[in-house]
Amino acid sequence: MSIRERMSGNEAVATALRQIDPDVFAMFPITPSTEIPQYFAQYVADGRVETEFICVESEHSSLSACIGAEAAGCRAVTATSSAGLSFMNEVLYVAASLRLPVVLAVSCRALTGPININHDYSDSMAERDSGFIQLYAENNQEVYDNLLMAHRIAEHSSVRLPLMICQDGFITSHAIENIELEEDEEVKKFVGEYHPENYLLKKENPLAVGPYGISAYYMEARVAQAEAMKRAKQVILEVAEDFRKTFGREYGFFECYRMEDADVALVIMGSSAGTAKVAADALREEGIRAGVVKIRAFRPFPGPELCEVLKNCKAAAVMDKSEGFSACGGPLFAETSGALINAESRPKLIDVVYGLGGRDFTVESASEVFKRLCGIAKGAEIGPVYSHLGVRSL
Amino acid sequence: MKNRAEEINEQIAWQDLTEGCEIYESGSSVLTKTGEWRSRTPKWIREKCKQCLLCAPFCPDASIPVSDGKRDEFDYDHCKGCGICLKTCPFEAIIWKQ
Repeated sequence: MSIRERMSGNEAVATALRQIDPDVFAMFPITPSTEIPQYFAQYVADGRVETEFICVESEHSSLSACIGAEAAGCRAVTATSSAGLSFMNEVLYVAASLRLPVVLAVSCRALTGPININHDYSDSMAERDSGFIQLYAENNQEVYDNLLMAHRIAEHSSVRLPLMICQDGFITSHAIENIELEEDEEVKKFVGEYHPENYLLKKENPLAVGPYGISAYYMEARVAQAEAMKRAKQVILEVAEDFRKTFGREYGFFECYRMEDADVALVIMGSSAGTAKVAADALREEGIRAGVVKIRAFRPFPGPELCEVLKNCKAAAVMDKSEGFSACGGPLFAETSGALINAESRPKLIDVVYGLGGRDFTVESASEVFKRLCGIAKGAEIGPVYSHLGVRSL
Repeated sequence: MKNRAEEINEQIAWQDLTEGCEIYESGSSVLTKTGEWRSRTPKWIREKCKQCLLCAPFCPDASIPVSDGKRDEFDYDHCKGCGICLKTCPFEAIIWKQ
């Protein structure tokens, strides 16, 4: 039986981690993810978990400790945000290339500057090429559910890649909402125990981790890693299917909201999708066929599947909640337009950068984008392909 | 997938690499001659050597083989030429090769 509760996204992450009871949690605090280790420290103090809880001196160290623990054969987790994630940058690539399935909870927050503690995806998007699987959540329920699925995806023998669970800093990490928790025993049964085939502490089989790979090997190693990311797609769907059978909630690469006959659509991530759905509902009342695609899996990116969903759509806006400074659009736009480039049938596509550093994204602002798309769908000039929403300008 | 270090060479296909290029056995460095990195080469002067064995444990790369309580010629396939043995030897029995 599911348990009706109310809690913040951070507490939902900590609760899932308590239920999973990982071998190692290496922690270093940073706003807005600090509550995750804070709640977890209480579980450790209360004897509710058997986890080795390590307080280290930096985020570089917290992920390094996780890498050491995973190489030794443990299930290791950590949490961070913003500059903390950036400080992990070097070791994110190490975890991924060593194929160690660390699970990292990120409460996404803007990067400096100006200095800002509020939400956007500049931290997680900066790590999109690190080799981590990235799953995004709209609310506390989704971040909880993603975490229950995380280890099974990351540790799967055909994948073996680290995984980032991303949620919106403050917006979902601190907002207290209703949630359906699953019972501890059911979660443990679903997640299962971690028994890697090879690990450093397995004395009967000596193991060398992280060898030097000269140019004669490096490219093959990178291809092997890229293929694992491709295989992760199938595993994400398989685990989601088992999750649906076990707990009843459905997940895929993305959520399609009223997309069956949509002429105009927003491709969006995280909590803003909820706002976009409300705007789509209101526009439907006016006879505008509006829909929303909410990306859950950003790595691996579901390009072909997204093409299929958008093929009958006339105009779509990719909503980027990080700047990217490419001078031609944000990272979600780059992925989406890249996926669509050879599609026979595809919508006119624009990029709208919004919500940076916690700037509000309202139903009105979502409607404004939808209305611009309606004009494009009817043959109006596309106008600027890459623009910023609600920016004060002279 | 090739699990034996001796099967890993520059012709290996990506499908045959282990995850993260892990190596599932010990002592595989005998297959890789890393001594070619060396820019300077230590020379052992057998006549001056008192077999005190200070050099062998200080070698960071196990490139001074010891058997029956006596050191033998350097393992130049793996010696990196760091020179620690030169500094350690109290009898000037190790010098740089000119």
